[in-house]
Amino acid sequence: MSTAAERERWLARPSFIELCARERARAILDPGSFRELAGPFDRLKSPWLPLQGVVAQADDGVVIARGSIDGQPAVVGSIEGVYQGGSIGEVSGAKLAGALELALRDCERGRPVRPVLLLETGGVRLQEANLGLAAIAEVHAAIVALRRHVPVVAVVAGLVGCFGGMSLAAALCSRVIVTRQARLGMNGPEVIEQEAGLAELDASDRALIWSLMGGEQRYATGFADVIVEDDAEAIAGEVRRAFAAAATTPRSEQVEALIARLAAIDAAHPPDPGALRALWARRRGQ
Amino acid sequence: MTVSGDVPAAGLRWLETLTGSSGLSDSAPRSVRVADAPLGAEVARFIAVVPDPDNRFPRARAGEVGLDEALGVARQVRRTIAEDAQRRPRALIALVDVTSQAYGRREELLGIHLAGAAAVDAYASARLAGHPLIALLVGKAISGGFLTHGYQANRILALDAPEVLVHAMSKQAAARVTRRTVEELEQLGERIAPMAYDIRSYAKLGLLHRLIGGVSAASPGPADLERVRAELIAAVADARAGARDLSVRLTSAAALAGRAASVAVRRRLAEQWDAP
Repeated sequence: MSTAAERERWLARPSFIELCARERARAILDPGSFRELAGPFDRLKSPWLPLQGVVAQADDGVVIARGSIDGQPAVVGSIEGVYQGGSIGEVSGAKLAGALELALRDCERGRPVRPVLLLETGGVRLQEANLGLAAIAEVHAAIVALRRHVPVVAVVAGLVGCFGGMSLAAALCSRVIVTRQARLGMNGPEVIEQEAGLAELDASDRALIWSLMGGEQRYATGFADVIVEDDAEAIAGEVRRAFAAAATTPRSEQVEALIARLAAIDAAHPPDPGALRALWARRRGQ
Repeated sequence: MTVSGDVPAAGLRWLETLTGSSGLSDSAPRSVRVADAPLGAEVARFIAVVPDPDNRFPRARAGEVGLDEALGVARQVRRTIAEDAQRRPRALIALVDVTSQAYGRREELLGIHLAGAAAVDAYASARLAGHPLIALLVGKAISGGFLTHGYQANRILALDAPEVLVHAMSKQAAARVTRRTVEELEQLGERIAPMAYDIRSYAKLGLLHRLIGGVSAASPGPADLERVRAELIAAVADARAGARDLSVRLTSAAALAGRAASVAVRRRLAEQWDAP
């Protein structure tokens, strides 16, 4: 049982999940250092949504912010999960890819920039299909190139989670920070149910969904590096720690280890999520 | 290997046509084919993901990129990088006919997002290491299938054929998700280029290096083969002479029109990057 003081502190902590994308970026950066690029007043809207009767938001659902983290130059790309499900269209995708490309340019010139991605996204925005997919490929390319110079840190806090091609972006990052409320997976539960049927997956079974792809399970099976409470200060602290940590081999480079552990799985009788935790108890590096 | 009847899938057909080999390897699942073959004055490595009706993962039997496929591709690409560490990096040719990523409960449990990332990482790393990476679209290039097998290429080529399709989601699935009929989706695609599936609409976006017309994707003859080979040789030379990033996708005349917002966003970010 927790003490009254502990309960009090728990209730008083600033939720990260409840923050909008802009406030999330502000919470990650050093106090007073937040400066938004290509913001709402630049009116870089989706050219494609109005053609389909959808109102385009002035920031296309992505906030790019410069600032500092522990006094070092930083850039945060923060996706607004409330707008169009955090989906990646041409403009929102170009903001993320373009910011990472500029961070890469600075790194190559010997001016390291700390990149952080706050990922709340269902993946490609279907109304901008091929341009969203193309932008995600460019986000992937930028992460792989940038990661050679500086850690690229991903936070999946919830409640949207991180899906589609952007789940690959998370998996390419040097460090992945999740909360218990997070979900991280390539295919959203609704899409799996629709494509493979109810017998494959019941998307309305929340306990089942979180047991498969929830933050706790992803942390326990080595798909995330850090699990943290929904506390803005704690999450910002974990981001700072990620940049201070010693470099490890990114998980997406550990191909032979991934093949070996997958080869040991019986595809006809796969383990349940609990058994998988025992098999794939988390370990980092080699 | 056949999907149905005795017509081989396009990826395998083109692998056999271009290399004379079925590409089976002890180091890859049957769904991942790899073969080396002469391409002009050099030897290139060709990689295809093909349907395997006996795939141990049932959701990856129809040409989807599943767990074993993504990691299998990653292994082959990483081996190529390692083998060429002390010599001129070979060209890598991704022959693309992938229906999508595999959708399934097992896939999510076992982390298909990381397997997919491993393939992306390997291809991007090969490109950064100086391997000319060419994607040749000979069939479907859909969603996570394309992201993991082909979309990291520094030059994307496509056959101008009705069976060559690019999209973020299969037509039927996109119709269900967006609550439209397939016909409505097709009409939208005629009006809104990024929504279209056909390769000519895709070409308008500026992401393609070359659209190769007049070639039969389904039953290539000797002239088709020579034509495609010549295009690949030219693309490899172009890639070797160019940057190792994907910037070519933003600088073509087609991209300046088809991806105007992508260019404008980057310009604005660059203007505002450093504090005034």
